[in-house]
Amino acid sequence: MKDNIVLQMKNIHKSFPGVRALQGVDFTLRKGEVHALMGENGAGKSTLIKVLTGVYSKDEGDILLDGHQGPVAIHSPQDAQKVGISTVYQEITLCPNLSVAENMFIGRTSGMGQNWKKVNADTDKILRSLDIPATATQQLETCSLAVQQMIAIARAVDMDCKVLILDEPTSSLDEQEVEKLFKLMRDLRSRGVGIVFVTHFLDQVYEICDRITVMRDGQLVGEFEIKDLPRVKLVSKMLGKELDDMSDIKGEQKSYERKAGAVPVLEAQGRVSDAGIKPFDFHIDKGEVNGFTGLLGSGRSECVRAIFGADRVTGGTIKMNGKPVKINKALDAMKNGIAYLPEDRKGDGIVGDLSVRENIILAQQVLRGFFKPFSKAKQYEIADEYIKLLSIKTASADTPIKSLSGGNQQKVILARWLFTHPEYLILDEPTRGIDVGTKVDIQKLVLKLASEGMSVTFISSELDEMLRTCSRLVVMRDRKVVGELSGEDLNQSKVMSTIAGGDK
Amino acid sequence: MQKNEVKKSNENILMRMVRHQMFIPLLALGLLAVFNLIADPGFFKISLGENSAGNPVLSGYLITILDSGSELAILAIGMTLVTAASGGQDISVGAAVAIAGSVLLRILCGGNSRPEELAAPIIVAFLASCVVAMLFGAFNGVLVAYFKIQPMIATLILYTAGRSIAAWINNNELPVITDPALSYFGGFIPGVPIPTPFFIAVICVVIIFLVLKFTNLGLYTQAVGINESSSKLNGLNPQLIKIISFVVLGLCVAVVGLIKVGRISTINYSVIAKDIEMDAILAVALGGNALSGGKFNMAASVFGAYVIQFLTTTLYKFKVSADALPAYKAVVVIVLVVISAPTVKEWFGNMTKKLKVKEVA
Repeated sequence: MKDNIVLQMKNIHKSFPGVRALQGVDFTLRKGEVHALMGENGAGKSTLIKVLTGVYSKDEGDILLDGHQGPVAIHSPQDAQKVGISTVYQEITLCPNLSVAENMFIGRTSGMGQNWKKVNADTDKILRSLDIPATATQQLETCSLAVQQMIAIARAVDMDCKVLILDEPTSSLDEQEVEKLFKLMRDLRSRGVGIVFVTHFLDQVYEICDRITVMRDGQLVGEFEIKDLPRVKLVSKMLGKELDDMSDIKGEQKSYERKAGAVPVLEAQGRVSDAGIKPFDFHIDKGEVNGFTGLLGSGRSECVRAIFGADRVTGGTIKMNGKPVKINKALDAMKNGIAYLPEDRKGDGIVGDLSVRENIILAQQVLRGFFKPFSKAKQYEIADEYIKLLSIKTASADTPIKSLSGGNQQKVILARWLFTHPEYLILDEPTRGIDVGTKVDIQKLVLKLASEGMSVTFISSELDEMLRTCSRLVVMRDRKVVGELSGEDLNQSKVMSTIAGGDK
Repeated sequence: MQKNEVKKSNENILMRMVRHQMFIPLLALGLLAVFNLIADPGFFKISLGENSAGNPVLSGYLITILDSGSELAILAIGMTLVTAASGGQDISVGAAVAIAGSVLLRILCGGNSRPEELAAPIIVAFLASCVVAMLFGAFNGVLVAYFKIQPMIATLILYTAGRSIAAWINNNELPVITDPALSYFGGFIPGVPIPTPFFIAVICVVIIFLVLKFTNLGLYTQAVGINESSSKLNGLNPQLIKIISFVVLGLCVAVVGLIKVGRISTINYSVIAKDIEMDAILAVALGGNALSGGKFNMAASVFGAYVIQFLTTTLYKFKVSADALPAYKAVVVIVLVVISAPTVKEWFGNMTKKLKVKEVA
């Protein structure tokens, strides 16, 4: 191994039942560098990290470490720690009700005795040397999130780590806190620690990283020096679209032209929720299909959730057909004719143990009220109608929804919302993880509904799909709306360059 | 060929029977009945006699089961809803019965512990006890729904304090009611040989089935219990629904309070409805309802309550002392919990698959 290389992963393979999560991935980390690991959902970043930290065992491949002869065997997070690989996760995994010093030394003492004076003194020394604004005896939960994050890092560093993995450490921090964290990272870099940095924020990657490794679909796309990879190229590598062959497939959707003086079906101004997005403006017209696009974590889902009142709304106004309305919770939105198919089908969509029939009627039943249940006969009639309409494959209307395939579950949720006869339908990743046939069905359905006068907002991780269905795209980056594209601008290269933030 | 098909359909019927939610309580009832039949057929004897007031009454072990099981059945209704919506159980039921009973007596006596006549009509006193019990239910519900406290922990508060509160309501006195009207609710109405609690239970069961049929209580509690976040996105208010389930249980508690006080026309704060919460929870579990919440079958819970009482009465009959009872019931709990554990279910699933493969071979 070369002198400055601290970690080398070679030809790593890992399969789960039905999925080849990692297919021959290489990864190299050098001393004193911050190395970004980038990729969209399902790219295999977290699997790679879990293999490295011993959470998963690899099927094939070698892990080489500086100072070790031959490949090292890492079978558990404890093994990883022993050979000097530490991880700090997005959620802080320390104990909030213990002191800073106790957190630093927990699980690292030998024997029963403990000289707390010495521990506190040592902790203060480490905190000072890393310039972390906390004291040893302070209770951890009294520190800000960023400081807690830094203490977690300090703990890792103090355990003689050579490789520090930061898994989305900045997602719950504000700008100043991020700045502090970066200062600490630079400090560690100058001490020769190799840092793997996983994040969804492009700006942060370009601010602090030296190298980028891009992954896609469980495969290595490549390793790049930061200066050789401008943003737009990074985005195209992550999405798997070559800049050159951006054939600019224009969708079948009719290009949408705003009629002068038309009142939008829904108009949001300065809408913001507690989910960490910046206030945004948004509007949609009758019969229009538009979409939010951006990388994972850019805040597209948070935006539509803010419109629907799914998260706690903290500001902004909404007008429906020109009239101001109050939407603070889901029921408000439903009463105003808005329907929302959530991104997390399993967690937010299906009611697993209930039957297909009950899942279909649920939303409309809630709208009708507590004392007006549909009769059993009516329920079956409705369920059968939608099962036929959307060709849902289910043994019967009484089958529990959880035993259906993903695509059919999604159709049931879609049926649920169509049955409320919404004026405005929000579909957040309706096609994720479902088979191609169903995907096409859903896209066709969206266009059909729009032609019948329904307004639809469509979100998908697949840009092709968005370009095929939407006539206008709201582009997001780092939780901000950064642009709006329609007409001629609706092509891959333009979308990607907007996502990346100009041609920097 | 044809034979094979017949065999297959037979198998299916058997499998469906085994899978049906009523299977376990029916099986338990069957085992208990057979045991009693062999040990002493006298268990099933019902005789018509006269009670101390000179009314014709039926007596026998089966009548005892019908009588005492009714209290349990009423509580099982509320406990089923609480379990479904919150995924946990209310262990303060017994203490809450003490409170409801104490309120009832306090209003009937009007402060005098040995009243010559009732200070208020029984219906007024009962309604007041309903309000109080529902308020305590709401208190539990708020702790669970808004403060996200584990139901068992949240209700531990009332479990601990309830009996003291009950005693405090009557200034630590034990009022005795001489008016026979109150005793009708816990015993027999003159001229009717069947114990009144059974009729009260029937009324409660009919009401809850009408409510389940003509409102969305069932759908809402199940949806909230299965997937809270999804329910919220469908416009439901999970907090409110959890609280409602606890309030309904409060109402059931007040009804049982009336029966319990009616039985002896007075109250013993430390003994009344002691450990009844465990039997009520057991009834829900025996009915095949998951104690982790979600889908429920009300009929199975109510039936389960009577089966539990059948077990208790059988144990009494065979001179198992009251102190030793819980140990026997614990065995039942262990069996139930183990049978419904996912690992065991998986194991059974694999076994049946293997058997089928063998048959085909």
